[in-house]
Amino acid sequence: MPTINIIQAVNAALRTEMRRDPRVVVLGEDVARFGGVFRATRGLLDEFGSQRVFDTPLAEAGIIGTAIGMALYGFRPVPEIQFADFIYPAFDQIVNELAKMRYRSGGQFTCPVVIRTPYGGGIRGGHYHSQSPEAYFVHTPGLKVVIPSNPYDAKGLLIAAVRDENPVIFMEPKRVYRAARGEVPEGEYSVELGRAKVIKEGSDVTILTYGAMVYPVLEASEAAETEDGISSEVIDLRTLMPYDIETILASVKKTGRVVIVHEAPRTCGFGAELSAAISERSFLHLQSPILRVTGFDTPFPYALEEFYLPDLKRVHRALRDSVNF
Amino acid sequence: MTRILLPSGRVAEGARLPSLSSDEQTRLYRLMLLNRRIDERMIRLQRQGRLGFYVGSVGEEAAIVGSAFALQAKDWILPCYRELGAALVRNFPLFDLFCQFVGNARDQNKGRQMPNHYGSPALRITSISSPVGSQIPHATGLGVAARLSGKEEAVLVYFGEGATSEGDFHVAANFAAVYKAPTIFFCRNNQWAISVPARSQTMSENFAVKAKAYGFEGVQVDGNDVFGVYSVTRQATQKARKGGGPTLIEAVTYRQGGHSTSDDPRAYRDDSEVQEWKDKDPILRLRSYLMSQGYLTEDGDAQFEAEIKQDIQENLAKAEAIGPPALETVFEDVLDTVPWHLREQLESLRTAERSAKVHEKI
Repeated sequence: MPTINIIQAVNAALRTEMRRDPRVVVLGEDVARFGGVFRATRGLLDEFGSQRVFDTPLAEAGIIGTAIGMALYGFRPVPEIQFADFIYPAFDQIVNELAKMRYRSGGQFTCPVVIRTPYGGGIRGGHYHSQSPEAYFVHTPGLKVVIPSNPYDAKGLLIAAVRDENPVIFMEPKRVYRAARGEVPEGEYSVELGRAKVIKEGSDVTILTYGAMVYPVLEASEAAETEDGISSEVIDLRTLMPYDIETILASVKKTGRVVIVHEAPRTCGFGAELSAAISERSFLHLQSPILRVTGFDTPFPYALEEFYLPDLKRVHRALRDSVNF
Repeated sequence: MTRILLPSGRVAEGARLPSLSSDEQTRLYRLMLLNRRIDERMIRLQRQGRLGFYVGSVGEEAAIVGSAFALQAKDWILPCYRELGAALVRNFPLFDLFCQFVGNARDQNKGRQMPNHYGSPALRITSISSPVGSQIPHATGLGVAARLSGKEEAVLVYFGEGATSEGDFHVAANFAAVYKAPTIFFCRNNQWAISVPARSQTMSENFAVKAKAYGFEGVQVDGNDVFGVYSVTRQATQKARKGGGPTLIEAVTYRQGGHSTSDDPRAYRDDSEVQEWKDKDPILRLRSYLMSQGYLTEDGDAQFEAEIKQDIQENLAKAEAIGPPALETVFEDVLDTVPWHLREQLESLRTAERSAKVHEKI
């Protein structure tokens, strides 16, 4: 099995699905000739031609609006929004149109569109190339929200997203686009949407996380184990909507403690939903308050980004606090 | 500005009538009349508290019916919410429309939208949303899709003149031009965006001229002249289907009623202006023409009125007799299957409903 990175995995998923299904088309800024600013769509134009891979004028609302129209016709568009920070001009098209088409028409019209967008900090991108806006979309009924953390899941989840009948916001952790490498099967396979994965078993505390945060979380988990003898179970959520409540609750029942880690701002972040959902269902299993390690409720800073992003130190601290409550 | 039929009902000098048979011409008239009588009936129904809300199109029937009539069944229609006439041209069953207005268990939308938000994949009439202009980029996408599929189909999207101020209009027009999409941008300039007059909406010379900046043709037509509207739309669709790209049509017309039943236009415009436009009424204009040609008689007209009245009455009675959708439909169609959290929310609603009923009995 070849070892590849997340960009290559995304590319492989797109290629696989475009070969399988002629209705799958890719559109976005710089995606065709240039192959995308992160090169995730590299080579697709050569293989599939300008009828199925095309550059768009520079307008996110136009990209998503056009994708919606194409989906209504029967295509399965996979538009790219170059950075998640630039998705807001398309917000109305996503929230009021894409997400609502099925519901508002009583299921008569559907929009199987997958919006791919790189998200997150750690690349010295400042406020406008670092944001994690997943909570807006999790809060929007009618969307699925998927965030892979590694190449295997990136390919398998993207294939599953393209085959899904619902609109999917597919957020790619650009900080580890190239750094996260792993063995990925060639050809078709999919990773079911809505299923989390226990990536490290443990008994004292459950860590819930996703995307690029999986890596500092694993470091902190090791450090807490070595230095403090804390055994933590790490769950990579992979799909945020609908999230895998069963896997989460099974782990909480076992450990009785929870630390949630995401890089998006804290207030009304996805961690808030997880915390509420767990305390509503597992109150008597909890031995300490559910803790959150998140980005701060500030715009994303440039020069001091390493202090904004949850890291080994902050997650390690939270694990100690959780166990020593 | 293209004008074939003068307000008097006479054909303008030198103007060429579209090739429509006398039967087709009377069919246009009957559709416009049906459009108006449904609007009038629904507005009364709303006043009686039997309907939550209604958006009428009184005064704009020629623009709507004439343009939709120029399309073929394979062409797509993207309405905003004021194009009942276009649905009628496609023979959208009155019963289905009224079920949507009422929001009952037979509504194809399952009671999820305000009145006037119908849609039908079979009729190629897309699902309607209320935010202004948001459907316009979809028309570009449908056009791109039709073109990539090698199909000779046109796509017509309706919007008011106010919508041309929205970013969605701009991006859609620009994308359509870049991709040479077979999309017709049909602007019903009905002079008022709720209370804001067209003259305050733009400093462009008119709305049609905006097409020039995007690199395609914009044409102005008398929107109360059904033949003029039909002709320019037909030309635009023929051009679009043959790969000639988009066209912007500005139909100059007038919203004789309020923006919706929630609006009182007397608060912002003079009755004299309304009267001026009533004198140019599209239905009276076509009626005079048809009478002068002998295609329509007083008796024939009275018969249309009687048929329409009965049709509306029967279908409305049937629609009003049907109860609301089942409770669980609230949770369906958010996604293709009902996920765990929505099943849970439905269950909690049912539990609360059950315990409330027990409480009532005590």
